[in-house]
Amino acid sequence: MRVNVTVNGVERQADDVWPGESLLYVLRERLGLPGAKNACEQGECGSCTVYLDDVPVCSCLVAAGQAEGREVRTVEGLADGEQLHPVQQAFVDRGAVQCGFCTPGLIVAAHDLIERTAEPTDAEIREALAGNLCRCTGYEKILDAVRQAAAKKAGVA
Amino acid sequence: MDFLNPGSVTEALELKASVPDAVPIAGGTDVMVELNFDHRRPPALLNLNRIAELHTYSTVDGRVRIGACVPYSRIVTELGSVLPGLAMASRTVGSPQIRNRGSVGGNLGAASPAGDSHPALLATDAVVEIASTRGVRMVPAKDFYVGVKRNVLEPDELITAVHVPPATGPQQFSKVGTRNAMVIAVCAFAIALHPEQQRVGTGIGSAAPTPLRAHEAEEFLAAELPWGSPDGLLDSLNRRFGELVAKAASPIDDVRGTASYRRHALAVMARRTLSWTWSEYRRTAQCA
Amino acid sequence: MTTGGIGESPLRPDGGLKVRGQYAYSSDLWLENMLWGATLRSPHPSARILSVDTSAALAMPGVHTVLTYKDVPGENVYGLKLQDTPVLAEEVVRYQGEPVALVAAEHPETARRAVKAIKVEYEVFEPVLDPELVAHSPDAPQVHPGGNLVRHQRILKGDPDATADVVVSGVYEIGMQDQAFLGPESGLAVPDGDGGGVHLYLATQWLHVDQRQTAKALGLPVEKVKLTMSGVGGAFGGREDLSIQVHACMLALRTGRPVKMSYNRQESFFGHVHRHPAKMYYEHGATAEGDLVYVRARLYFDGGAYASKTPVVVGNGTTLGVGPYNVPNARIEAWGVYTNNPPCGAMRGLGAVQPTYAYESQMDKLAAALGMDPADLRIRNAMSEGSTTVTGQVVDFPAPVAELIQRVKDMPLPEPSGSDILQLPGGAANTTHGEGVVRGVGYGVTIKNISYAEGLDDYSTARVRLEVVDGEPVATVHTAAAEVGQGLITVQQQIARTELGVQQVVLHPCDTDIGDAGSSSASRQTYITGGAVRNACRAVRAKLQELAGSEDVPDIAAVLGDEVIEETREYHHRKTYPLDPETGQGNAHVQYGFSAHRAVVDVDTELGLVKVVQLDCAQDVGKAINPDAVVGQIHGGSAQGLGLAVMEEIQVAEGRIRNPSFTDYLIPTILDMPPMTVDVVERPDPHAPYGVRGVGEPPTISATPAIANAIRAATGLELPRVPIRPEYIIDLTDGGS
Repeated sequence: MRVNVTVNGVERQADDVWPGESLLYVLRERLGLPGAKNACEQGECGSCTVYLDDVPVCSCLVAAGQAEGREVRTVEGLADGEQLHPVQQAFVDRGAVQCGFCTPGLIVAAHDLIERTAEPTDAEIREALAGNLCRCTGYEKILDAVRQAAAKKAGVA
Repeated sequence: MDFLNPGSVTEALELKASVPDAVPIAGGTDVMVELNFDHRRPPALLNLNRIAELHTYSTVDGRVRIGACVPYSRIVTELGSVLPGLAMASRTVGSPQIRNRGSVGGNLGAASPAGDSHPALLATDAVVEIASTRGVRMVPAKDFYVGVKRNVLEPDELITAVHVPPATGPQQFSKVGTRNAMVIAVCAFAIALHPEQQRVGTGIGSAAPTPLRAHEAEEFLAAELPWGSPDGLLDSLNRRFGELVAKAASPIDDVRGTASYRRHALAVMARRTLSWTWSEYRRTAQCA
Repeated sequence: MTTGGIGESPLRPDGGLKVRGQYAYSSDLWLENMLWGATLRSPHPSARILSVDTSAALAMPGVHTVLTYKDVPGENVYGLKLQDTPVLAEEVVRYQGEPVALVAAEHPETARRAVKAIKVEYEVFEPVLDPELVAHSPDAPQVHPGGNLVRHQRILKGDPDATADVVVSGVYEIGMQDQAFLGPESGLAVPDGDGGGVHLYLATQWLHVDQRQTAKALGLPVEKVKLTMSGVGGAFGGREDLSIQVHACMLALRTGRPVKMSYNRQESFFGHVHRHPAKMYYEHGATAEGDLVYVRARLYFDGGAYASKTPVVVGNGTTLGVGPYNVPNARIEAWGVYTNNPPCGAMRGLGAVQPTYAYESQMDKLAAALGMDPADLRIRNAMSEGSTTVTGQVVDFPAPVAELIQRVKDMPLPEPSGSDILQLPGGAANTTHGEGVVRGVGYGVTIKNISYAEGLDDYSTARVRLEVVDGEPVATVHTAAAEVGQGLITVQQQIARTELGVQQVVLHPCDTDIGDAGSSSASRQTYITGGAVRNACRAVRAKLQELAGSEDVPDIAAVLGDEVIEETREYHHRKTYPLDPETGQGNAHVQYGFSAHRAVVDVDTELGLVKVVQLDCAQDVGKAINPDAVVGQIHGGSAQGLGLAVMEEIQVAEGRIRNPSFTDYLIPTILDMPPMTVDVVERPDPHAPYGVRGVGEPPTISATPAIANAIRAATGLELPRVPIRPEYIIDLTDGGS
C-alpha cells in the first residue's frame, strides 16, 4: 500500500508498504531517516520516539497506515540548519551522549518536556524521560543537559 | 494483510462485520508488539485512529463516557479529579510515550490480567460499551473478562467506550513492579469507597487468569466499616481486609514474581490503600 | 596554544551527528539492491538435528538463498579462546537459540516467513544444566566431546589451611546479567565483485579478531575480508563474540548482493553471550582485632554451551577472588564449565563482578561478627602499593584503596525521604506513603585487572599523519580501536593535540587497513591504544624536529610546507605471565583498577521494594585524560551495577530464556537512578602512558555489593543472591497472606 505522510514539514510518499510495517520501519528504511532508532520495537526503550501530530510516541508502535495524512517530526527535524536546537546543544555540551543510540529518542522527549514545562524540576525531568532507556550514562549527565536546555529556554543561562 | 481505515464508528462496525478476524488497532501498544515480533499475522488491521468519536469523552447519564481510544495521558491530566482511581492507574501505564497512545479501550480489548486500568474499572463499577452492526450492549466490567486475555466480545463487535461513575469517595490504586517506570504489574490493587452506598469496590490485577473483584473482602467491609464515624480503623480490620483480598486471588509463579509473593503483596496493598482512603474519607467527612 | 589536550574535557567529535540522528550505526546502513538476512535458531537447549528441509523456504517469492552448515565455505568453527563454536550447527545444537540456517530475502518480512518455512527435525535430549554438578561429575553427559570442564584454576598462598579467631562463611549466587546494549547486532556485507572477497560494515569491539575468525570460516585469506566499523550502539562485552559477521558475509557471497542483518531485541538476547552466573562458597578468617588471616573460596561459573571467555572468567575470578585486601593465606579455586544453558562470555567487569559480590558480602558479615564498622574493617585490610596479591604479584604502582573507602565514607549522607511517593520505593506506582520503609547504608570495594592477562600481548597500533591543509597543520590518527561510546575518539584527539601541539586532529575511519588495536574490553583502550597513539605522535614529532633542525618547532606549518610525515607505531604493555597450573602463582596482570561505592537505600520491608537513594563512588583513575568522560564512565558503570543488584537477570529454566525482551529484562530507568557523587582520584601509574589507569569496569563491579550490603543493613537479612528480588526480602513462610 501507499502511505502519504508529512515528515519534518515535507510531504513524503512510501510505496509498496506492507501493512504490518511500523512507522519506524517506514522512516528508517523507506524514507531515509534513520534517526529514530530500532532498539526494542516494543515500546520499552523510547529510542524510536518521534512526534506524531505534536505528541511524542514510540514510532515502532504506530502502524505505517496510521500515519497516513499526519505530521511526523523526527530528531532530524529539530535543528535549525547548522544551528543545533538548545536541547541538542545541551546534550553535546554536558556529555549526555556516549554511544548515542538512545540519544535521538531522548532528544525528542526532552524537547517535548521543555516545550510544555518552562522550568522543570528534577522530578518532572525524571518522569518525562522515564520512557527512554540509556545503557551508557546512568542518566546523570542527561539530567544536566535537560536542566541546561530548560534554563537556556527560560533565559536564565 | 489488509489495512482497513474507517472514518466513523458505523463504517468500522461494518468492516468488522465483514472481516471478523480483522484486528482493531488504536495506540498499537499491544498489537504492534505482536506484529513486530511475528507473534500474530491477522488478515487485516482495523485502524481506529481516524474515528474522532472514539477519542473524546463526555458525560452520559451521570457517568463519564470515555471513548475507547482516549489516551491515558488525557485521563491523567483531564479526569484526575473526577476519576481519581482510574487516573492513578493510568499514570502507572508504561511510559509517557505509551500513555500518549495507549487507551482503556485497548486494555479492555487485550484483556490481559496485567492491564493497569482493569482494577480501577472494577473498583468503580465501570461499564463497557460494546457495539456491532447488530446494536449496542453495555457490559459491566465485572462481567467483561472471561479468561486469560479473553473477553466477552463477539467477532463482529468493537469496544466503543467505557462508562465510569464519577468518584463519590476516596479512591486509590497501587501497583507492585520491580522497576520505577515502564514495568508490567507483578500485581495491582484498586479500591474505591462509595460512601453514599456505604460500600467499597475493589479490583485485583495480575493475580488471577482475569482481573477480578475481591467479593468477600468487599462484603466484609460493607458490614464492618464505621461509616459516618470519625474513628480510625482498627489494625485488625485492615489486616482482615488484606487477608480476604489475598484470598480472592489465584496467582501463579512467573518471571515477574511468585504466587506467594503476589498474595502477600496484595494483602499489604489492600490494607495500605484502605487506610489511605479511610483517612481521606474521615478528613473530608469532618470538613463537610 | 592548542586546547583540548590531555586533562581537559573537550566535547566528543561525534556528538553533533549523534544528537541530530545522523550518526550511522550499523543498523542504519542501507544500500540500493540490498537483501535482508535472517537466522533460524534452535528451539531446544540440547538436541540432535535429524534433518533440515529448506525447499519450502527456497520456493518462496523474494527468497534468494537459504544456507546451512553445508554452505560454510571454510572451517565451520570459531571461538575467542577455544575453537568450539560452529558458524551453523551441524549434527547437534547445544543451546536454545543456536543458529541453524540462514535466509536472504528482499524484505525482512519475507525473510521471517522463509525462516519459519524451514523444517528441522530434532531428537531432543535432556539438557545439562547444573554447573556445580558438572564440575565434579566426569561421567555427566558431555556437552562437547572431551568433557564439560573448560577451565579449572587453583590459587594457593601461604598456609591454605590456616585457622583464625573469627570465621564467617557464606554461599552466594549471582544471576545471569545481560549487556543490554541498545544498538542491536547488525551489519552490512558487500561482496567485492570479481575479487571474491567481501567488505563488512559492522559494530564490534575488536575488528581484527572478527576479521581473523570470519576469514577462516569463509575460507578466504584475511586480506579478502575487509572490516569497517560502523556506529556502535553500546557493547559492554556483548560484541566480543561473533554474531552476524560470518552469516552476513556468507549470504552476500552466495547471492552476490549486499546483505543487511539486524537482530531485533528478542533475537539479540539469543545472539550474544551473557555474564556468567556463578555459585560461590566463601570462608573468611580474621583475628579478633579484624586482620584477615585467610580466605578460602570455591567458585563455579556456568559458561553455557560454548567457551567464549570462560577461561578468562576463571582466571580473573581466582586471581581477583579475595578483593583489594591483604590476605596472607588463601585457597581459591574456580571451575568454568560447559552446560546447555545460554553461552556466557564477556561483560563489563569480566570475572570480577561475581567474586566481588561474594567477598564484599563476606566483609560485611565479618564486620558484624567482629562488631566493627564495615568501612573501617575494609580500610584496615586494604591493600596498598607494595602489597602482594594472592598470586604473589607485588603491586608496584599506587593502590589507594583505603583512601577511596574513606572518601566515600566521608561524603555527606542524604536527608530522610519525605512523603513524595516519587522519592519512595515503588515510586509513582503508589505502593507506600512511608509505611514499612527502612533506610540502609552499605559499601562495596573492588579490584579489577586492566588489559588482557596471563601472558597475552594485547598490543595496539596507531598511524599518525601530519600535513598542512589550508595553511594549518592537521594530524590524522588512524587506529582499529573500537569507539563503543566510551569516548576513545576524543581521547585519541587529545593525545595527538598534546603530543604534536596541533589543534586540528582528524580521525581516520576505523578499519582493518591498519594493524590490530586489540579489543575495546578490559578497560584497556585509553591505556593501550592511547599508548600507541602517543608513540606514533612522538615518532612524527621526532621527524618534525629533524626537519626543523631543532627541538622546538613553534611554527609547524612553516617547517612542514608540503611535506607529509606519517608514522605507524605499536604499544605493548609490560609482560605478564601465565599462572602456575598447580599453585596459581604468577605475575598475571598488567595493572589494577580500584573503586569504592557507598549506597544508601530505602527498603519497603513489607513489599520488598527497594529505592536506591544515593550511590556515591570514589575511583582511582591514575590520570584522567578526559575528566568529564571519566565521570560519565563511572555514572554508567554504576547504573549497570545497580541493575544487577536489584532487577537485571536473564531468567533461565531448563536451558530456556524466559524473559528475552525489554518488557521482562529490566534495566534501570532514569527514575531508578539516584543522584551520584563521583570523586575522581588521580594517583599516576608509573608503568602506564601518562600514568593512566583503566576506568570503565571497576564502578560496575563495586556498585552491586554496595547496594546489596545497604539492603542487608536495612533489613538484617542475609540475601545471598543477586539480583535481590522483592520476594527475597519479605517473609513468605506464612504462605503469603
